[in-house]
Parts: sequence; structure tokens; C-alpha cells
Amino acid sequence: MNILKFFTAGSVDDGKSTLIGRLLYDTDSILADQLEALQRSNRKNDDGTIDLAILTDGLRAEREQGITIDVAYKYFQTEKRKFIIADTPGHIQYTRNMVTGASTANLAIILIDARNGVVEQTIRHSYIVSLLGIKHVVVCINKMDMVDYSETVYNSIIEKYKILAQQLKLADVTYIPVSALKGDNVVQVSENMNWYEGESLLHFLEKVDTDHLDQSLLARMPVQWVVRPQTEELHDYRGYAGRVLSGTFNLNDKVTVLPSGASSVIEKIEFFDEALDAAHAGQSVIIHLKDDVDISRGDTIVNASALPQETKLIEADLCWMDTRALDTSMMYNIQHNSKITKCKISEILHRVDINTLDKHAADEFKLNDIGRVIVKTADALAFDLYDDNRANGSAILVDTRTNLTVGALMFRAAVE
Amino acid sequence: MSTYNFDYLDELEAEAIHILREVAGQFEKPALLFSGGKDSITLVRLAEKAFRPGKFPFPLVHIDTGHNFEETIIYRDKMVERIGEKLIIGSVQESIDQGKVVEQTGKNASRNALQTVTLLDTIAKYGFDACIGGARRDEEKARAKERIFSVRDEFGQWDPKRQRPELWNIYNGKIHKGENIRVFPISNWTELDVWNYIRREKIELPSIYFSHERDCITRNGQLMAASPFLNMDDEDVVERKQVRFRTVGDMSCTAAVESDAFLIDDIIAEISASKISERGARMDDKVSEAAMEDRKKGGYF
Repeated sequence: MNILKFFTAGSVDDGKSTLIGRLLYDTDSILADQLEALQRSNRKNDDGTIDLAILTDGLRAEREQGITIDVAYKYFQTEKRKFIIADTPGHIQYTRNMVTGASTANLAIILIDARNGVVEQTIRHSYIVSLLGIKHVVVCINKMDMVDYSETVYNSIIEKYKILAQQLKLADVTYIPVSALKGDNVVQVSENMNWYEGESLLHFLEKVDTDHLDQSLLARMPVQWVVRPQTEELHDYRGYAGRVLSGTFNLNDKVTVLPSGASSVIEKIEFFDEALDAAHAGQSVIIHLKDDVDISRGDTIVNASALPQETKLIEADLCWMDTRALDTSMMYNIQHNSKITKCKISEILHRVDINTLDKHAADEFKLNDIGRVIVKTADALAFDLYDDNRANGSAILVDTRTNLTVGALMFRAAVE
Repeated sequence: MSTYNFDYLDELEAEAIHILREVAGQFEKPALLFSGGKDSITLVRLAEKAFRPGKFPFPLVHIDTGHNFEETIIYRDKMVERIGEKLIIGSVQESIDQGKVVEQTGKNASRNALQTVTLLDTIAKYGFDACIGGARRDEEKARAKERIFSVRDEFGQWDPKRQRPELWNIYNGKIHKGENIRVFPISNWTELDVWNYIRREKIELPSIYFSHERDCITRNGQLMAASPFLNMDDEDVVERKQVRFRTVGDMSCTAAVESDAFLIDDIIAEISASKISERGARMDDKVSEAAMEDRKKGGYF
């Protein structure tokens, strides 16, 4: 059994929280005391049934206003798979929260209200999905009960969406007509839409493939911690602890350590009390090298025959996440895996109007703005392009005055 | 290319180890908050996997309410001896003796809320800049929104509206002097995941997690262990019951469930079939719909 992480994009009125509530409810993932608390609360649907949206709105302000402000994580499992849902707000003022929820997901559910079809926010949500490089997209046409379960309405919406998907280069898109409120096609295939020949949403989620990056040639492990017991019997023990971001390291593989460029060979791979032949993407291990090279936290061990980019000027997409606007004259910290160095945003190439996808020249970046910039770093980063290797192609910006995380960066090109 | 079996427990484990090593790498004076419960026992196991054969780069810290299950303390001391790491104890009794907190009175009196003061004092005394805890997002809806690296201000407060965005697997541990970060490496685990992991790793637990006979009284529909720490009166009827505990906290606020689960397999079967979630057995969460959110804002674990 493995884990599928997905996130849901939609606005308050699209019934996003209701859809998640429905998934939890119909898979028996709501426990009795939560159900009791739900029934005690005063929010009911018009027909007197429980308002499932309450299950995901965790903060007091959210319950008061009936909206989702922050990312809420929910967990459920079936016999086939475990699921982690990032429930994110859909309003434009919460774009940063959506980017946050999307950053760890390998599937996105985009909700469209069948009565309204593809609207401005559908474009915005889909753009974020393409920006964050999420592999699978499920478009749920919701509230089908409000349009008499009409096939014609459904078809006209997906025809429109296909044009958008093409424009955004979304490769793997699946369409499902649902009613989250009534439960049609969420867990059970609906009898109200016999014209729909596909599966229910849950069945699709259970079998879609999850990508582990171990097939990639780009073996990368940022060093987080050097294990040195310094005891008598382990006097010379020196192990490099980290999590393999991508690819596979095998015993005797030739590796390069960046930024020093030193090369060596993998002598031993340990996981607690086991000795391993290989370390794959996702695993947290300790690696020993044959040669005595100087390595510390912030360095990266990589496959010697597939080196990453190494520059101080990087073209990147930036999502600005702070209420204080970007200051191009200021130094920020850039955090790329275990490496932290100083940087400046040396140039703003354009800003994207995420409702229309138009690119505009810009000289400022405010909260929730997204666009293309040039980052200039104090030390060179050993990175891959985001599209090739999400885990090694992303970074955050930290404001050194407030210590807040103010920007999310996706690397698009090395600037020579 | 070789294939490898990397299932959900391996993935959760690898993520938690990564987080623990980030704490080691990013902070000067971290600590691991150890309650003697299964979640913090799981954290100790994960720390062994993250740092052995080296020492832990942090001590264990136990906030001791003085109202403990005896079994938990015996377990704690044995475990600390086995792993050979440092244990620091913050005592709620001391906070009471110093007049910093006032013992609650009445039938539902508990030291649960008093722990916050002792915890904050202990953090200040040792200058801890990061405290690792075993909270999980599936426990409660305010926790469902909390970051893995969660900033507390000088007064120990959590501000849910000003949480930092947390993207990919990058954790921002930068703080100002006086602030500290609570770190939750098993955020993404469910109760069942923890039990499955304990079974897989053959981790020993305090005996109160397993079915045993105990004198209990019924309070507000819940079974409480009869003890000198519980304010009892003539209305309380003591009954001998076959019970176990699903969480381990202060004796005055942790309810038992009737159970014949003697083995881990029994417990996993019981939880899989259970219709009462784990926090349902905690009186402290029943106060209001926002009980946990309010306590967290005030500096609670």
C-alpha cells in the first residue's frame, strides 16, 4: 500500500469542502465523536442533512465565516491506498495557500460548478497546477444535480476545459461529473448519469500511479547532518545523513560532492542497523564515501555522470507570499534543500495575470503575485530544473528582517 | 534498475527522519518533548534511526504533572537507561509550589492546563529553540492546519492566522530571540499508522496501553481510573473494569476504554473497527469546539 497526496482547488461556492467531506463520510472515515460534534453544531443544509463542509473548516474564524482560510490536511484510507488531502482555499487572496498545498501534491482535483462552467478562477487554479508541475489532474464537474444531470452541459464544459489544458500543457487530465452534495460519482458510480461511462472519483484515485523518482538518473542527496559518534570503537566513523531526493545511489557508484566538486565512491549505505546495497528516492539513509573529503550540511552528493546545474544566476518562477512587497534592492535568504545562502531578485522579467494568463512587464511584486524573475545568489546552488526534478528545482525565500517565508521559487533555467 | 519495496510506513518514517535531521541541522538547542505516550515513544525510535550510531543532538524533556500513571514513569526510566540519552524533567508540582500556577478545584479538576506554564518555564530555563512533539494532524481539526515547523512567540503563543507557508519539503527554522519552534515529525501519521509502526518495529510500550483490570469510576459518560488525583465524592461508584488506555496523559483527564485487547494485533483490530476517535477519550478537548485551538494559542503542546 502506498500514499497518494492530492489537493483540491475550487472556491467556496464550488462545494470543495463538501466534496472532501463526502469522500471522508462515504469511506467511513468520520469517527463517531467527530460525527457527534458535527451534529451538535448548528450548520445544516437546507434539507436538514449534515453540512459536510464543517469537517474541513478547522479554525474558529473559518467556521464563523463559512470559508477556508488555510490549508487543512485530512487523512483517509481504503483497502487499496492511503490518502493525504490538502484542502486549500480558492479565493484569489489565498493564492499563496493554494501554492503551498499544491507543492507536495502528486494529483490535483479542480472543481467546476456545472451551472457556471469554466470561469476566471478555473483558469487561475489550473495555472497554479501547471506552475507547480502536478502530474495528474482530475476535473470534477460538480453540482450536476443542479443541471438535471445533463450530458450536454457536461460535454460543453469539458470541451472548453480541453482548450485551457492544451494552453497550459496539462498532459494527464481526467473528467468526472459529480454531485458532492448528493454523492453522485464520488465513491459510488451514480445511477443518475448513465451516459457517463467512467469510474467514480474514489476508484480513480485508488489506481492512479504515484511517481517515485527512483527511475531518474539524477541521483541527488543533500547532506543534512554528519554523524560522528567520536567514541573509542567508532573513532573514524563519519557518515553523511540525508534523504535521497531523486534517483538511486548504489554501492561503488562514482559520486561528486557539490559545491567542492570533489569526487569519490560510495563505500557503504546504512539505514539504522541495516547495510543496504542501494538508496532510492525517498529514503533517509547514511552514506559513507571511500575518500576522506570535506563535507558538511548544505553540500549535495550527486551522481558523477549526471551533474546538476551550478550557477549563481537562475531564471525562476516566483510566487510572492508576504504582505510586504518584494524589494529588489534587498538581500533575502534563499533556502534550497539544506543549503541557505543570500540572494537578490536582480530582475523581474514579467508578471502573470493569473486570471487571464497574460504576461505583463512589472516592477513590483505584491502578495499572491506570480511571475518570472532572475535570482542572483551569493553561493552557487547545485540545482535541477523544476520540470526535470521538482525536489531539486525548488526553493523558498526568507525575509531576514521578519524570518517569514516570503516567496516560492521554481527554477526554469540556468543563466550563463 | 533495481526495484524496491517502499510502502506507506517506510515513506512516513523517511519523512519523519528527514524532519528530525533538519531540526538537528537548523537549531542550536533543540529538545524532544517526551510524555511516555506511544507517539513520543515512536519519536524516540525515529530519532534512533536518524542519528545512530551517534548520540541524539537533543535531550528528552518530560513535563511531569505529578499525576502520572506509575507504569509510564517506570517505562520512561527504563527506556532512558536503554538509549543512554539525557532526560530533563519539568515539574508541575514545582510550578504549584512556587505559586506560579494554582491547582484547580472541583470535581473535574485536572493538571492538564497547568502543564503549559511548566512547559514554557522549562523552555525558557534551558533556552530551547526547538521542541519536537508527537502531535498528529489527524487528532483534531486545529492540528489539521498546523505546520510541521510551527512558530511560537515569546509568550509561547501559536497564531493560526499568521502561519508561514510551508512548501515542498523545505522547513524554515529561522526565528527571533525568545521565539521557539514546535516541530511535529509525525504530523502526517494517523493513529493507526502509529500502531502499525509500533507492531512492525516491535517497540515496547507501557503496560497501560493493553487490557488490564482497574478500579474505575464513570464521569461525564467516560471511564476514569480511580486514583488519589481524582476528586471523588459519595456519588462516585468505584467499579472493577477490564480496560486499557488509548492515550497516556495526566491521570485526571485521561479516560479508559473497556477492552479485551491484550496484544498489539488486538489493538489494531479494535482501532480499525472503532467508532470513537482517539481524542474522544480526552476530557480536555470536550470543553468547546475550539478547545484545542484556544489551548494551542496559549502555548500548549
